[in-house]
Amino acid sequence: MASIIRSKSVLSVFFINLFLSLVSSAVAVSSGSGDGFSISGRVKLPGMSLKAFGSPGGKASNVKVVLNGGEHVTFLRPDGYFSFQNMSAGTHLIEVAAIGYFFSPVRVDVSARHPGKVQAALTETRRGLNELVLEQLREEQYYEIREPFSIMSLVKSPMGLMMGFMLVVVFLMPKLMENMDPEEMRRAQEEMRSQGVPSLANLIPGAGRS
Amino acid sequence: MDWHQQYIGKVKHAVFHTQKTGRKRVVVSTEENVIASLDLRHGEIFWRHVLGINDVVDGIDIALDVITLSSDGSTLRAWNLPDGQMVWESFLRGSKHSKPLLLVPTNLKVDKDSLILVSSKGCLHAVSSIDGEILWTRDFAAESVEVQQVIQLDESDQIYVVGYAGSSQFHAYQINAMNGELLNHETAAFSGGFVGDVALVSSDTLVTLDTTRSILVTVSFKNRKIAFQETHLSNLGEDSSGMVEILPSSLTGMFTVKINNYKLFIRLTSEDKLEVVHKVDHETVVSDALVFSEGKEAFAVVEHGGSKVDITVKPGQDWNNNLVQESIEMDHQRGLVHKVFINNYLRTDRSHGFRALIVMEDHSLLLVQQGKIVWNREDALASIIDVTTSELPVEKEGVSVAKVEHSLFEWLKLKGTLMLASPEDVAAIQAIRLKSSEKSKMTRDHNGFRKLLIVLTKARKIFALHSGDGRVVWSLLLHKSEACDSPTELNLYQWQTPHHHAMDENPSVLVVGRCGVSSKAPAILSFVDTYTGKELNSFDLVHSAVQVMPLPFTDSTEQRLHLLVDDDRRIHLYPKTSEAISIFQQEFSNIYWYSVEADNGIIKGHAVKSKCAGEVLDDFCFETRVLWSIIFPMESEKIIAAVSRKQNEVVHTQAKVTSEQDVMYKYISKNLLFVATVAPKASGHIGSADPDEAWLVVYLIDTITGRILHRMTHHGAQGPVHAVLSENWVVYHYFNLRAHRYEMSVTEIYDQSRAENKDVLKLVLGKHNLTAPVSSYSRPEITTKSQTYFFTHSVKAVAVTSTAKGITSKQLLIGTIGDQVLALDKRFLDPRRSINPTQAEKEEGIIPLADSLPIIPQSYVTHSLKVEGLRGILTVPAKLESTTLVFAYGVDLFYTRLAPSRTYDSLTEDFSYALLLLTIVALVAAIFVTWVLSEKKELREKWR
Repeated sequence: MASIIRSKSVLSVFFINLFLSLVSSAVAVSSGSGDGFSISGRVKLPGMSLKAFGSPGGKASNVKVVLNGGEHVTFLRPDGYFSFQNMSAGTHLIEVAAIGYFFSPVRVDVSARHPGKVQAALTETRRGLNELVLEQLREEQYYEIREPFSIMSLVKSPMGLMMGFMLVVVFLMPKLMENMDPEEMRRAQEEMRSQGVPSLANLIPGAGRS
Repeated sequence: MDWHQQYIGKVKHAVFHTQKTGRKRVVVSTEENVIASLDLRHGEIFWRHVLGINDVVDGIDIALDVITLSSDGSTLRAWNLPDGQMVWESFLRGSKHSKPLLLVPTNLKVDKDSLILVSSKGCLHAVSSIDGEILWTRDFAAESVEVQQVIQLDESDQIYVVGYAGSSQFHAYQINAMNGELLNHETAAFSGGFVGDVALVSSDTLVTLDTTRSILVTVSFKNRKIAFQETHLSNLGEDSSGMVEILPSSLTGMFTVKINNYKLFIRLTSEDKLEVVHKVDHETVVSDALVFSEGKEAFAVVEHGGSKVDITVKPGQDWNNNLVQESIEMDHQRGLVHKVFINNYLRTDRSHGFRALIVMEDHSLLLVQQGKIVWNREDALASIIDVTTSELPVEKEGVSVAKVEHSLFEWLKLKGTLMLASPEDVAAIQAIRLKSSEKSKMTRDHNGFRKLLIVLTKARKIFALHSGDGRVVWSLLLHKSEACDSPTELNLYQWQTPHHHAMDENPSVLVVGRCGVSSKAPAILSFVDTYTGKELNSFDLVHSAVQVMPLPFTDSTEQRLHLLVDDDRRIHLYPKTSEAISIFQQEFSNIYWYSVEADNGIIKGHAVKSKCAGEVLDDFCFETRVLWSIIFPMESEKIIAAVSRKQNEVVHTQAKVTSEQDVMYKYISKNLLFVATVAPKASGHIGSADPDEAWLVVYLIDTITGRILHRMTHHGAQGPVHAVLSENWVVYHYFNLRAHRYEMSVTEIYDQSRAENKDVLKLVLGKHNLTAPVSSYSRPEITTKSQTYFFTHSVKAVAVTSTAKGITSKQLLIGTIGDQVLALDKRFLDPRRSINPTQAEKEEGIIPLADSLPIIPQSYVTHSLKVEGLRGILTVPAKLESTTLVFAYGVDLFYTRLAPSRTYDSLTEDFSYALLLLTIVALVAAIFVTWVLSEKKELREKWR
């Protein structure tokens, strides 16, 4: 079986460094033998670019790149590059699994008609990518911050509110009563007494009059 | 409250790294496709990587970095030894399958670069260990030679590559390893043909078997000549009938042959004669040869003797001499020794000591040194097949010491929070906290948080894990009967869960397995007590068990009735008691079940017909009949998922009151089956089909009548489909090829026949149908509502929370591709969501419609942990209605408690009892003060 029929493999290496140059350069290197296509790209994590590449303890060791929902799994090199080999032409989905970061899956179209033409787009934002450089959309905080103890939170709690209301009733109501006119008070009391016990007679109109 | 455990799985290869000073470690690869670096002192994981499912590790070695060969020899990776960062990755191409071999020659070094030789896919590749660059490749497949062995010649940069062409032509190539130049090529034909593995005896001699498997062929290829020498096994005084196999080993001058159930050590004498050195039973395991101090070789032999395991380290070639002989006590629950790896170290007196890494039948990993087990790892827990739960024993009357202790502890805790505790009290609190009695007591608790998780693993070992702290309470390696050679375990069922006899009966589980891999293999039943971990009983059945159905009936000892369906579609009733049969006879006509034949695209409904007719009268065997069948067109639909409701799910109410004071009746049936089919063309992975030729069809089928309640087609969609069916809704996850995103759809089913019952007048006049009997045969009118949303991630598993009474709102638990578990409120998957919900709908809790489901980082129940290799999620209700227990398993285990609607029926753990007490005291004080004040005031009033 010496016949290697298909040799349309193209290794597309995308290269960008935003920190050093604004000019992004897409270098396409075609490899000699083999079959299928390859997809290469780079995952950029914050902090990785600041540190010297390849420094031990980098977060890149815990990042997985998953193709088509688990068909292939690969890992990042110290500089953040990854590649999948032996891909068929068509549309693929690349996901980045990294604890602490949210990455959008990337749709990658490998064209069979135009060898080496690879198109990529973020599926979450539908943004097209010129280079296959994956950046996190946002950082993820898995823990809620416990609210620090404060007097206000005590007051705002149901128990605090109840206590507040009680204090109002105990201390402010008598004050209100004191401020009332004694005459008015007496009248009100009498009125209450006259209405006081509601009888059936009061309820039936007409019967009360007789 | 939650715990997380990390495992690696059964070790396949191990390489020690102990030469340099500093951390001593062993790098292992396992059957779960894990590569890990373990601390040799304690067995802890330094780093670990879980490769993809298809990325099976073929070989592992240490050059500068850890080198792994995986994916059938097509992927070569290097990992940094200290931290596990991948350094480089190389893809090796080839046209033909061949045995993947990885060789890191010790002396082929150019500067710091050492060479890695990989033989895979018919080619030999030489790879640089610094950057993974392929230096040269030689294609042997072009010469139709299948490479069997790559041999490094001592002290030279030449290698031998030997292989077969066809089955009888032997080829030996001599190659310069530095540039791949072919130095010499010899070939010779052997009329007998070759079969099986080759054993390398020296650098220019190897031994293999001929096609009859009765002749050992010694092939020597020294001095550019190939010579064959045949030795009949019978000449060695051995019976050669039966299965003869050469075991791969790397002992010098010696090799191992396995015949039936014993092993022979055969030596090649200096006159090129073979002679049997030793004969052992097949349970004996031999390690690879280890080179220590100036070309001295040693290997370890591990033999079983009763409850002990004897480890002997012998110098190479000399069988009668022992370097080390140790005997260690071995727990019989660990089974037999499967693999052994040895390593040497220098003792303080400059003599050589040996340590052995032993892999046991139960997948556990042990490090043995100086006759003691230094550490062990229970790595069977990385391969869980099935999980069930069991209640813990009830706290017995009279044993109230615990209670007194408990209240004492509560009192101490209170004192502690009030800062009144003396130093002794604080110490006592710490001591009790360390024991953490409340969390990990071996009794039932009021809230139902403490449970036993019974897990069945691939190693045929059952573990009981305490839900409080995840410790192993007991473990049991299932008994292997003589009748069955290679049993595989399948499922766990709750056999007996005593409620009335909870005081004096222990619950037990049923383990169903089968003898062999095919579904027609006879079944094996084992019954295991969940308190003691003892195997109560075990049966080798004559029939197979294609399907196991727990029935909703129990006998007087509260054993649950189970039906086993065999491959002839007969059913067998268990337990085999007369009481069980009488219960079954009563319910004879009410028993229905369904079967899904995914390969044929048929779903069938069955019922019981009559007793089995056969020569042997079996009262517990019944014939069945097919009631209905649904046949999917094979050319357009292929079944990829079938999901039914959990049998023990509780639904609180059938009615759903909407914002318009309207009532909708949920269609709640236990006999609902969700089936998803895809176009056969689109059944492969993503990207293998065009959107135009892909479709996904989902069905909701009533399994009693075979009626299709609902059918929906998603055009341009494909699998894999993960679905969960609960109450009256089904949620499923699939891939939309047009949008190129994952989607989740929800379908809710409502019962229309009850919809008219909301008229009060009708209710008063008795014209309602609420008293009409509910029957599974009835054909109620139903309506369905559906909605679809985008979901970002791939999904590995989906589950739904379940609570004791079904009142608490539900959350979906989604195992994402990143091995995290996301809790998503069911409210986000509500088909009544609209873009602008009315005020009333908002009050009801309907969320405005969005095109995608939100992923809120705080709602990951695993937080910043990963459940590597996630395979399943189990939810169990606690006794407390608000709370559900979640157990996620894969290579790692994770357990937590969830409260989907917050803990509305209990105080949170951080509730401040001190504050409550202070408030009460303050209030009482205030009452007294105001009372005194009012007394005084009244007195003043009276004086006035």
